[in-house]
Formats: sequence, structure tokens, C-alpha cells
Amino acid sequence: MTAADGRNAASVGPSIEAVFREERGRLLASLVRRFGDLDLAEEVASEAIEAALVHWPADGVPPNPGAWLMTTARRRAVDRLRRDRTYAARLAILQVEADRAAPATPADSGGGELPDERLQLFFTCAHPALSAEDRVALTLRCLAGLTTPEVARAFLLPPATMAKRIVRAKKKIREARIPFRVPGADELPGRLPGVLQVIYSIFTEGYAASTGPDLQRLDLAEEAIRLARILRRLLPREREVAGLLALMLLVHARHAARIGADGELVLLDDQDRARWDRTMIEEGQGLVVVALTGGPPGLYGVQAAIAALHDEAAGLATTDWPQIVALYDVLLALAPSPVIALNRAVAVAMRDGAEAGLVLLDELAGEPRLRGYHPYATARGDLLHRLGRHRAAADAYRQALDWAGTEPERAHLRRRLAACESADLAGHEPLRDEGSRDGDD
Amino acid sequence: MKYMLLINSPATETDAEMASFEEWMAYDKTVRESGVYVSGESLADLTTATTVQVSASGERTVTDGPFAETREVLGGFYVIDVPDLDVALDWAARCPGARGGGSVVVRPVAEF
Repeated sequence: MTAADGRNAASVGPSIEAVFREERGRLLASLVRRFGDLDLAEEVASEAIEAALVHWPADGVPPNPGAWLMTTARRRAVDRLRRDRTYAARLAILQVEADRAAPATPADSGGGELPDERLQLFFTCAHPALSAEDRVALTLRCLAGLTTPEVARAFLLPPATMAKRIVRAKKKIREARIPFRVPGADELPGRLPGVLQVIYSIFTEGYAASTGPDLQRLDLAEEAIRLARILRRLLPREREVAGLLALMLLVHARHAARIGADGELVLLDDQDRARWDRTMIEEGQGLVVVALTGGPPGLYGVQAAIAALHDEAAGLATTDWPQIVALYDVLLALAPSPVIALNRAVAVAMRDGAEAGLVLLDELAGEPRLRGYHPYATARGDLLHRLGRHRAAADAYRQALDWAGTEPERAHLRRRLAACESADLAGHEPLRDEGSRDGDD
Repeated sequence: MKYMLLINSPATETDAEMASFEEWMAYDKTVRESGVYVSGESLADLTTATTVQVSASGERTVTDGPFAETREVLGGFYVIDVPDLDVALDWAARCPGARGGGSVVVRPVAEF
């Protein structure tokens, strides 16, 4: 923090933001580890960042911003403890126990690299003793560094509701004493999928919002990718982490082509493949190889391989459908699910024809998990339409419209429905309705 | 930190997957010898239970029961003293009562 550093201050504006984004989660994790209290850690982490916002623009970003923030936050924490004796007594016990549990962490002062304790925080936030919603909210709050109102906005909930949820989750962590630790090698296979699930559910909410006016929430999708990158750095040997990152990159690479000029959904068949992000696809392809090498395949690795086959093809006709069907077979064996069976049926339709796909879809008609799942009704509509059974197709699209969540999806379905209805009445008077006005002939 | 493990057994016993007496004895021995044991009891059959309620006016009502209205009934408990929830969950998972349709609820004991 010398005067010389201060000279860099002119170009420092955006980099301060970048530093906070990178450092906040790490700082929080270290403080939680040290003081065993998520609330205290959050408060002093915020105070340290506020202090940095005052000092850094004038003095320049210090050479080791993480250590600067950590030292500042720890001083604030000690101040608080001195002021509050009962709190101090409780925390002193926690700290002693924490030190006993894992002694000899490298000194966190001075210029050296700070230990990255975010992995512990990932496992705490995704602990199975918390509800699935709480896990996602805590991960966004503590590791992605979103504020509570931002987390609320991500899930279209009132900020007060989200605040209550986060408070309750933190209370459970504190009072049931959910530990801050990385599960041992024997537990990791059981616990890691929970962490990956949290990240993937953030991504899927970003990729296909379940409700609301927007089809994609790019901020959430990108946040999920950022979290997966952190996790990959922390667990470089876990192939499913590579698989998850690959899957998200390979899907996200298409995001620009998924939305048309008027904000409408553009399906894979109709996407302008020139708008796919080649750099992201290449990174994803490299990670698929990592994910599928050196052991039995995992769920994310196989899904990433399917996404890679889509991304590699120049068009639907040149897509390697036999290979995709084969990968869905692997996926179904790993995790039998009606949604995977639905996707497999669509791939079979591409390989063997619409009739073959329809037979498989109709076998799934009784699945309770597909009731209300609009992609099922949409897929039936598409196949029936391709077979020229326009009236049945229109019924399926109407069903899908009842189930679809976002406006762009509904607009897309209305266009499909209109196309079916006019095909059905071909030669008769053309049908006019809301859907046919913005039709995509 | 102390945790109570509440052992719930299926109300209708399907003997196929029930843990044997020997398994229970082995678990009990392990809990006691590992040093985490604080207390624990196995409860007599639910048909022997009696409920007492006292009204606002101080009137005492004694009734037979309760009888199983849910799928599971409390069959016994342990109180153990372990460092954190993960360790408590490990002990709960090893309990024979967690298998064969039963479950073990883990609750921290409040500290004042």
C-alpha cells in the first residue's frame, strides 16, 4: 500500500469489483472456518469490503488484496468479540474446537497466498440436512456473493421471504452444528453430487426459467459456470466436476442463438449455428474428454457428451443420432428417469423416424412425473405434426400450453398450434386466431 | 455437543427387514464403549402408554394411548455427545432402527 501503488488507482475502478467478486467467497470461507459463525463472518466480511472501497480508490489495490481483506475483517471480528462478552465466550469455545479439529493452517497474515477454504463452505451450504431450496439460496449468498435481495430476485421471491429463509438456514447450521469441513475420501462420493446438484439447479433456472417473462436468466447461468470453475480448481481430480462444467459450457454456448429477434424461443433445429460460442464449445469438448476418461462415466459427463455431439454437428441431418441414443441408454442405466426416457424417445425419433419416437412417448403417458411437464406434450405435438396427424398434434400443443411456464415458450407453442390448425384445415377457410397473427410461416 | 437420536419404528412391523436382537445389542455396546454415550432407553410397547393432560382449571384427564396414528412410533432414544451434526448423523445411520422401514430423527439438545 505504498504511494507507488496509488499511482495505479486511475485504472483500478473495474478491477476493484473483480477483486471483490473473486475474494468475497474465499474471505467468507476463511472467516467461517476461523470463527465458526456464518453471521459474524458475513458481517465482518462486508465491513472489510466497505473499508476497501474507502481506501483502495485512494491508495491503490494492495499487492495481496485477499490478505488485506482478511486482516481487516479479523480485526473487526476481534473488536466485536471484545464488545460482546457472552458472544465472545461462545466463539472462543468454537474457535478452540476448530483449531483442535484442524491445526496447522498456514498463517493467514503477511504476503503469502491465503488458504482457499471455499470448498468447506460449498459442502456446508449444500449439506443434506438443509432443504434443497435453502442449499441453493445459501450457495448463491455465500459463495456467489449475491446479496439477499439479489438471491430473492433470482427466484422471483419477495426479499423478505428470502431473508427469512436464509436466516432459518443459517440458524440450523449454527444450532445443529453443521460442520465446516470437506468430507473425507470415503464420504465424498456421497456428498459431492449434492454440491453439483446445487450448481446445476442454479444453471437450469438460468437456462430455462421456470416462471416469469424472460426465457433465459444469463446472470444465473453465468454464476453457475463461475461456481463450477471454482469447484474445478478446488477438486481437480473429480471427473464429475469436469463433466458438470463441460455440460454447462456446451449448453450455454448456444444461448445467443436460443432467442430470436422478438425474444421468442428458437429450438435447436432452427438455431443459427454461426451464433454458437465456439470458444466455449472447445473448452467444453476438452472437459468432456477429462470427464469420460479413466473410470466409469458419471451423469454429468454423459450429458455433456450428448451436448457436445449437438454442438459439433453442422445441422440436424448431420447430427450423430445413433451415438446420442447410445449415450441416453448409458444415462438411463445410471439414473432411470422419465425425463431422460423422454429425451431418448426424441433422439430415437430422429434416428428411426417419428413413428418409432411416438411409440416410446406413448409408453411414458402414465408417468406421474411427466404430468404438467410441458416438454413431454410439446414433443408429442412435434412428432404428431411430422406424421401429418395435425388434429392430434393440436391437442398435444394445447396441453403443452396449459403446462408451459414462460411467455416466450407459450408464444412458441401458440405458433405451433396455429400451424397445426391451419394444416388441418388446409383447403378450407384459413383459421384466424391470436397465434396465427405472429406466425412464423 | 449433545444430540438426541429418536428411534422411530414402523407402526406395523414387517418382520422381513427388522433388525435382530443381536444387531441392537452390538450397536448399543458400540455406542456405550465409544465414549459418546450420554443416556438412552428403549421404550415399552406403545399399547402400554398413558396420556395425562391438565386443563386450565387444573382438572386432570388421564387417557389410554396414544395409539399409532402415524406410520411410525417412537421406540426409544439415545443421547450422545459428539463434535458436530455429521458425526451424529453417522451414529444415527449405524443404528439398526434406521433400517427396515424405521427412521432415526437427530435433534440437537438445546444449550442454555
